[in-house]
Amino acid sequence: MDRSTLLPMPIDIDIAHVARLARLDLPEDELDTLRSQLSAILEHAAKVQSLDTEGVEPSNHPLGFVNAFREDVVTGSLDRDEVLAMAPEARDGYFAAPPAMSQE
Amino acid sequence: MSVGWEPVIGIEVHVELATQSKMFCGCAVSFGEAPNTNVCPTCLALPGALPVTNGKAIEWIIKIGLALHCEISEWSVFHRKNYFYADLPKNYQISQYDVPVCHDGWLDIDVDGETARIGIERAHQEEDTGKSLHMGEGGRIHAATETLLDFNRAGVPLVEVVSKPDIRSAAQARAYAQTLRQVIAELGVSDARLEEGSIRFDANISVRQGPDAEFGTKVEIKNMNSFRSLEKAVDFEIKRQIAELEAEGTIIQETRHWDEEAAVTTSMRTKEGSSDYRYFTEPDLVPLVVTPEWREHILSTLPELPHQRKDRYLALGVDTQTALALSSADTALRSLFEDTVGAGADAKAAANWITGEVVAWMRRESVDTIDVDSASVAEMIGMIDANELSASAAKEVLDGILRGEGTARAVAESRDLIQMTDTGAIESAVDSVLADNPDAVERYRAGEQKVVGFLVGQVMRATQGKADPKAVNGLLREKLS
Amino acid sequence: MSLADLTITDAAAGLRAGSHSSVDLTEAVLERASMTEAEVHAYLTIDREAALDAARAADAELAAGEDRGMLHGIPIALKDNMCQRGVETTAASQILAGYRPPYDATVVTRLRDAGAVLIGKANLDEFAMGSSTENSAYGPSRNPWDTGRVPGGSSGGSAAAVAAGSALGALGSDTGGSIRQPGSLCGVVGMKPTYGTVSRYGLIAFASSLDQIGPITRTVDDAVAVLESISGHDPLDATSWAGDYPDLTSEIDAGVAGKRIGVVSEFAGEGYEPAVTGALSHTLDQLSDAGAEVVEVSLPTVELALSAYYLIAPAECSANLARFDGMRYGLRVDGETTEELMARTRARGFGPEVIRRILLGTYALSAGYYDAFYGQAHKARTVLRTEFAAAYEKVDVLMSPTSPTVAFPFDAKSDPLSMYLSDVCTIPSNLSGDPAISVPVGLDGRGLPIGVQVMAPAMGEPVLFGVAKTIERLAGFDARPAMVEELA
Repeated sequence: MDRSTLLPMPIDIDIAHVARLARLDLPEDELDTLRSQLSAILEHAAKVQSLDTEGVEPSNHPLGFVNAFREDVVTGSLDRDEVLAMAPEARDGYFAAPPAMSQE
Repeated sequence: MSVGWEPVIGIEVHVELATQSKMFCGCAVSFGEAPNTNVCPTCLALPGALPVTNGKAIEWIIKIGLALHCEISEWSVFHRKNYFYADLPKNYQISQYDVPVCHDGWLDIDVDGETARIGIERAHQEEDTGKSLHMGEGGRIHAATETLLDFNRAGVPLVEVVSKPDIRSAAQARAYAQTLRQVIAELGVSDARLEEGSIRFDANISVRQGPDAEFGTKVEIKNMNSFRSLEKAVDFEIKRQIAELEAEGTIIQETRHWDEEAAVTTSMRTKEGSSDYRYFTEPDLVPLVVTPEWREHILSTLPELPHQRKDRYLALGVDTQTALALSSADTALRSLFEDTVGAGADAKAAANWITGEVVAWMRRESVDTIDVDSASVAEMIGMIDANELSASAAKEVLDGILRGEGTARAVAESRDLIQMTDTGAIESAVDSVLADNPDAVERYRAGEQKVVGFLVGQVMRATQGKADPKAVNGLLREKLS
Repeated sequence: MSLADLTITDAAAGLRAGSHSSVDLTEAVLERASMTEAEVHAYLTIDREAALDAARAADAELAAGEDRGMLHGIPIALKDNMCQRGVETTAASQILAGYRPPYDATVVTRLRDAGAVLIGKANLDEFAMGSSTENSAYGPSRNPWDTGRVPGGSSGGSAAAVAAGSALGALGSDTGGSIRQPGSLCGVVGMKPTYGTVSRYGLIAFASSLDQIGPITRTVDDAVAVLESISGHDPLDATSWAGDYPDLTSEIDAGVAGKRIGVVSEFAGEGYEPAVTGALSHTLDQLSDAGAEVVEVSLPTVELALSAYYLIAPAECSANLARFDGMRYGLRVDGETTEELMARTRARGFGPEVIRRILLGTYALSAGYYDAFYGQAHKARTVLRTEFAAAYEKVDVLMSPTSPTVAFPFDAKSDPLSMYLSDVCTIPSNLSGDPAISVPVGLDGRGLPIGVQVMAPAMGEPVLFGVAKTIERLAGFDARPAMVEELA
């Protein structure tokens, strides 16, 4: 990878977009605070970019093994009454929620 | 279609695997159960629950990949595809991203006697979502007042097969979908029922000016519930795009919904801008490694697939159209064919009778399946060859066989359909007809050739239709010359 | 001395000698909790009746000769991010207020099978994100050594309970030091096992590739006893090690003669309290006198470990915490649409640190920044692991302070970054997946405990425990918090 493409640091964060992606409905002033906090943290985190990782494979798994499979057998499910008792709202055996889209 | 425009179509197919249990948990895979009865901590995404990969599903996607002539990745991983949706319990889908289990394959399709090879980009393993019921106002998403959620389907193993943009017409799109469905069904890895949603098709469509032009802006269309609606939707969308472009308009990259009733595609209103799925390696699962030994083992379990069968039928002497029809016919018809040939019948005749008269009979009688003695069908074909049955008599014999009236000979005898093979008897019938019709004989000799048809009819009448008309014809001409 | 102050080893011996019953132990612990909880607030939930029922059952079994081993009848606390069927489990978040899981975490099943008495659910930083328990939505825990100071975190409640005598041992979870740092700050042993050796099934995930459950106890032997009962392959966790496990006690009394001990040279200097570095030096001298060869080892990439960690952990957490959306369980704040409902529920249900990390992770994963941040962080992880592996070619274990400081006062680290720096010595073992332990060795001038960290290669628990036990013996650390001395 050409490391020059990693810099300069994108300190300017579109915090409203990120909050939207993360489904967090936050007021403007909190978003402003978070933007500057995140910038500071990212500035520190960006130090990883100084490391020469040419030809280095990422370690997404700290384990050396592969192929952990389960047998294709039915081991049972939860009791529906117990499941729906946890729900903020339930109806007719379903979890209930507002519509997916607004009605304007 | 206007001259010069070429449609470019790619199809994404989602196949629900018919494993016993779900992709990452031990809940049953079952269609049509009461809502939220096949759910557990993992597929409901309760705090702390973890996924564990169903090994059978991996075996089956490899099977699908091999059937589609794909390369099988020796090493691949699962990724998390992050997006929030009410029926996606974890709000990420476990899927695959840059390294799918299967990639770079192909599938041959036939449209109007022409074979086209459609490239397969990839086949990757993922999990299905739950189901959202949009309540109120006829269940339409835009007007719903409430969402009801059922997570029985959440976590059902799903294989997504993505074609290359090699499809060039609505008819090819349909043929691709049908052929792929057939392959999947024959592998026995999915119910592959469109109406139950266990196989689902989305199409990506663009148009361009000629085969050398750059690809146009692509539009994804969804919600086609039958092969017919897939073909209609693709056709509509091609025409819409051409009309738009010819009117100096532009095509927007978007997802459009096929409205079956109105027979149009409509834009799906989406508030989300370009999606950002933030894919990253699923840390709860370890990599998948397919050893050459495992791959070979799965390869050895593959059944014969339609295109292989077609080639074999052609080699047996069956003609192309019939081979095509028979190779993708249902199992009962195919095994009837195999067994009939096995019982000694000529393959070409057997194929023609089975794809022709047997299918026609089933349609007439409105039956889905048949249980028929293949030896009798072979016997019937043998009797035709031996001139014991005329073509029309054979149809009646077949009817009797299909009704379970007995063997071909038994039916032919009881229905009195066996052709006269006694040349002496035919000859005497010919002689008496000639004697009874001097006028006709006169006219023939005067050059009126067609009168022989009348005379044949008279002989057939005299023999109650049991004489071989060809033999009668020959004998008459001989005697008249 | 109260029964509440026994080690697990002594309590287990006493149970078999008939000097006390499990009910006696459980009552002593519950009584201690009733006296300390108002000040310490180690627990979010104490299940008194269920604990006493379990104790009675343990007594009956032991009386009948059905001995389930070291933990049989021993009162143990669970960090409240581990699911226990029917018992409120919140991960110290408002978003899970009142949530009662319908299933047991595998560690809970294992503890039940071992006959342990589950006392209650210990406090933590919300979703284990923090180093002080100040991020608990239900109020922080306080350090039994000085209630004006934090117990560390995120397993601060577990460590405080063990230090205060309101449990004989506890389970914590460690993503970047969340077992070891509170262990150090509370003067108890905290141990993070090799990644994959203790099932994460039922542990409310923070960062899946880093999270690991482990013991918090008063002694190294007790840590071995707890780990023995909870470790092992679990088919419900695909990242659970399915191969052989080492015998945890094979080197427990082997001493350190002939052992090579590497001191990580990067973990010193600015930010390290002199008492902390002094305690480490003293310990190293003792080890050297006991026959170990102490050498300096440089691991240059550990300087970047914190940066890599603060990309990887938030990225994973941003996905792990997406499931808390108000649809199926937990808090719901209504909205006109499902999207509005989710966004309002999450903004209200999560505390500021959790929100910060979710946003950080979402950003680090988003299009355009992946390679520079998340991708690069995982490559740094590879480089770090390579450095560790090279170091373990030369030494048997590595050592460092557990935390650069002793327990700090509340609100001392209001800047997120300064709080993150308190995990600088512990994070590398999470990135490498290797085992590590914090052992208390002494007190600073203010009477606050100091721990030292021992790190070993993956599956190196036997040598880790052997060295840790030697350190424990040489240190002779037997101080107890003043509040415990008064009660005992």
